[in-house]
Amino acid sequence: MAIKYTKYRLIYFIIAGVLAAASIVALFAFGLKPGIDFTGGSILEADYKQDRPSNQEMREKLSGLDLGSFSVQPTGDKGVILKMKSIDEDTHAKVLENLGINEGKIEEKRFESIGPAVGAELKGKTSLVIFLALLSMVVYIILAFRRVQRPIRSWQYGIVALITLFHDILIPLGVFAVLGKLYGVEITIPVITALLTVLGYSINSTVVVFDRIRENVFRGGESFEEVVDRSLNQTLTRQLNTSLTTLFVLLAIFFFGGPTLKYFSLALILGVVSGMYSSFFISGSLLVSWLKMRNRK
Amino acid sequence: MKKKRVYLILFSVLILAFFSFNLSYPNYFNGTVDFLNSKLGFQFPHFWNPPFRLGLDLQGGTHLIYEADLSGVEEGDRTFAMQGLRDIIERRVNLFGVQEPVVQTQETAGHNRLVVELAGVKDPAEAIKMIGQTPFLEFRKQRPQEDSERIIEKLEEIQGKSLEEIQSIENWQLSLEDPYFESTELTGKYLKKSELSFDQNTQKPLILLQFNDDGAKVFEALTEESIGKQLAIYIDGVLLSAPTVQEKISGGKAQITGTFTIKEAQDLVKNLNAGALPVPIQLISQQSVGPTLGMVSLQRSLTAGIYGLLAVIIFMVLFYRLPGLLASIALGIYIALILALFKLIPVTLTLAGIGGFILSIGMAVDANVLIFSRIREELKEGKSFGVAIEEGFRRSWPSIRDGNFTTILVALILFSFGTSFIKGFALTLIVGILVSIFSAIVITRALMRVFAGTVFEKWRWIW
Repeated sequence: MAIKYTKYRLIYFIIAGVLAAASIVALFAFGLKPGIDFTGGSILEADYKQDRPSNQEMREKLSGLDLGSFSVQPTGDKGVILKMKSIDEDTHAKVLENLGINEGKIEEKRFESIGPAVGAELKGKTSLVIFLALLSMVVYIILAFRRVQRPIRSWQYGIVALITLFHDILIPLGVFAVLGKLYGVEITIPVITALLTVLGYSINSTVVVFDRIRENVFRGGESFEEVVDRSLNQTLTRQLNTSLTTLFVLLAIFFFGGPTLKYFSLALILGVVSGMYSSFFISGSLLVSWLKMRNRK
Repeated sequence: MKKKRVYLILFSVLILAFFSFNLSYPNYFNGTVDFLNSKLGFQFPHFWNPPFRLGLDLQGGTHLIYEADLSGVEEGDRTFAMQGLRDIIERRVNLFGVQEPVVQTQETAGHNRLVVELAGVKDPAEAIKMIGQTPFLEFRKQRPQEDSERIIEKLEEIQGKSLEEIQSIENWQLSLEDPYFESTELTGKYLKKSELSFDQNTQKPLILLQFNDDGAKVFEALTEESIGKQLAIYIDGVLLSAPTVQEKISGGKAQITGTFTIKEAQDLVKNLNAGALPVPIQLISQQSVGPTLGMVSLQRSLTAGIYGLLAVIIFMVLFYRLPGLLASIALGIYIALILALFKLIPVTLTLAGIGGFILSIGMAVDANVLIFSRIREELKEGKSFGVAIEEGFRRSWPSIRDGNFTTILVALILFSFGTSFIKGFALTLIVGILVSIFSAIVITRALMRVFAGTVFEKWRWIW
């Protein structure tokens, strides 16, 4: 049983195109909301032992302090998360005092304060790492497929892999832009880490497909379209199963893993699903379309 | 492949599994040993149990980054100045009694930084205060005999226990106290000035202290109370000397003799007078996690790991039947092996690291999936069972190698990135991937080969 997957490639391109375009629109319209890791600032999380006062009351208690524009956000039954500009230890102590730590009303659970200089440095470093990761993936593909020159050249495999990578990163980013707008979800170090992992993971799936195409091309006797279709049929089970097992553990982290890992796992889930789609429906189909376009000229 | 060799490999795998399982979770082994020892009077020892090393975000603690201002220090002396700074801060940090405090200098893009990590510290604010302060000069007086004995008793009680066990002991805080001396009111804040001098007879360096008027009164009272007893002088919590008081001293003058070199004495005098660290520092980043939050994070991530693992096992068994079951066993060994490695290397486990580890459970079956798919293909082509297994492993190897290579490549780039969250994640992911390849190629293969040439081979529906 060989299903002719590439026959319907226009549909795949349209779906991917619409999603990618929507993500780009979301990114431009809403932008991403960088966390304090990148902008500098501070977060304080505390639990009230008895009843939590209203946001208004808490705001009033903190109004005399130099905190910049700060936000008060309730969490759980009795918890509160304060987000402020980067503050020094004295101000930190005053915040706790005003919230009533001396009377034993609250317990501090977490405090982070990151200076603006540290944040800016991290931003620079992150851009560098993303660039390095993308570059190394493309170089890897070109090297791995250097022996394959017919009918598609190795650099074309590299370009196609790069396109699928953009697709796999773009869609999670678009979702995060929307989440940032609706729920104030921020792009933090864990989210960036997750997206970079998606790079490696998605290339992994694409390589498995390309690997089969290479193997089948060498056998000869078929048109390139048939070769791609056969390769997709052969790798389908593996692609599905590997993505599924990875998704199982990621969903477990998302639902049970606690707040820190929540958006980390969400970014990975989105990336793995887009990677599953692009490696199966986009990468092979793009190769076929490219070849047809060239032949027509 | 000879049957004998198959069993030999399988046997090695089982031994490896036994050791890594007990190393990562010795409770069952130790429980059995305790039972046998109590019933039969044996003296079997417990299994070796090195602790997991937990990161700050899991056990609670504080991570501080200081920026040092070296503008007043000449280019060539900067490394030296930073080392001096680190030594002093390290000494102060040690006062908190935290386990394995980390104090590191760091140079990035022209910035000289000092990173301080205090695991399990209860009051980060107090720690920050103490790190940033001037050298802390303190006079301590002798404790009453019975107090000393009580503290020494506590110290003996906590010998060789882990932090958690210690904290369950009544009055465990006592063990943090100095057994022989107790703090007094007299500290560096009463100091007017200090001077370097030399002993007339021995020519050894000594430090002269001059207290201000208030300090002089306190000193007078203290010496009066301590006649015939020792009075200890501490700087940054380190005992410098403990002379015995001969008589009441008025006028607020004291001297410190000790086994320091002229250079050390000079530095000390300078620091006491300047009232500052060798270079000024400023706190630029702080991350503190309370112990309760850390505990909750740890439990939640472990719960997530267990649910994820169960889902993977159920899926594998349903889809691949007997090979799926074998792969699940291999996965169990894989987990025990990884946890044992975490203890042995040792890898500091952070929340991100656990995230990477759980992710690697999902990915670890990838190699198995590739292999089983190939084996099924080979069987469909009508090859014999033994050949299909060997071919399946051989032909799926390039895909496994290439595919995992890209993930490792990204993880290496992430690791060089430097932030502790990312490093923890990247490290566990790399270890996870490498061990997962080993688990698929060696462990699963060893388990599968056992069935070659047996009656199970004929039951095609289980494969």
